[in-house]
Amino acid sequence: MSAEQPTLAAYLILGAILFSIGVVGIFLNRKNVIILLMAIELLLLAVNINLVAFSRYLGNLDGQVFVFFILTVAAAEAAIGLAILVVYFRNRHSINVDDIDELRG
Amino acid sequence: MPVTTLLFYLFSAILLGSATLVITARNPVYATLYLVLAFFNAAALFILLGAEFLGLILILVYVGAVMVLFLFVVMMLDINLTRIKEGFLSYLPLGLAIAVLGVLELAAVFWSAPLGRIPAPAAIPANADNTRALGVLLYTQYLYPFEIAAVILLVAIIAAIALTLRRRSGTKTQNIGAQMAVRAKDRMHLVDLREPKP
Repeated sequence: MSAEQPTLAAYLILGAILFSIGVVGIFLNRKNVIILLMAIELLLLAVNINLVAFSRYLGNLDGQVFVFFILTVAAAEAAIGLAILVVYFRNRHSINVDDIDELRG
Repeated sequence: MPVTTLLFYLFSAILLGSATLVITARNPVYATLYLVLAFFNAAALFILLGAEFLGLILILVYVGAVMVLFLFVVMMLDINLTRIKEGFLSYLPLGLAIAVLGVLELAAVFWSAPLGRIPAPAAIPANADNTRALGVLLYTQYLYPFEIAAVILLVAIIAAIALTLRRRSGTKTQNIGAQMAVRAKDRMHLVDLREPKP
């Protein structure tokens, strides 16, 4: 391992910690849908960091192509999620997850 | 310590700090702004890894579009913050336990598995063109997934507009279906005005 740059394991552990922060965010902000969406963005970002690190260390660009597609899907998910949130707020004047119980299973 | 390693630890520390603030901030506006900071640092890390195109895309698309969308929605919705923060800390022990367990397990795997023995790559040559290489790959080998990604974005546009389009009752609007289905005889009646013959 050259001393030039951090090891692959350093990047992977960074991704793992970021992913865990996202999971804790989902646990903590169980009631606020907006913060839940942001925590999902953090999870996707952690995965993207892993993919880019592998792409660099294995000398293969396919990982970066996958990051490209993940960014596309994440943007679509954020747009539709926020649109659903706006419609829900218009009808209910609340975004509390506890109020979303119309479809009792 | 070489400068690349130093920069890696700097960007990583800011990234993790701002990510923690995203999930703990009281005000969703602050959470969004910390998420912007996190994305900036992630973009810096991407550029450090030689993925300039993705780093710039992350700033342009994420900070420029998605985060602004988040900010719009956060500021548009009038949220009752006190109700939403109820029970915030009651899930902290469980969440932290799961997070620490996950990080420890993954770190153990990364340090012990052959992953740690992957040699550091050669330095990026000065004339490397990440954007061109990615573009060649995207438009040859990954052309079909690329087209599907375009369709996914189209679906997202249509879904977002269809969901948020508001139809107010009592306003006068065009009914395009009725407009297209109209025939000439619906528009004009020929009335016979001649005196009836006695």
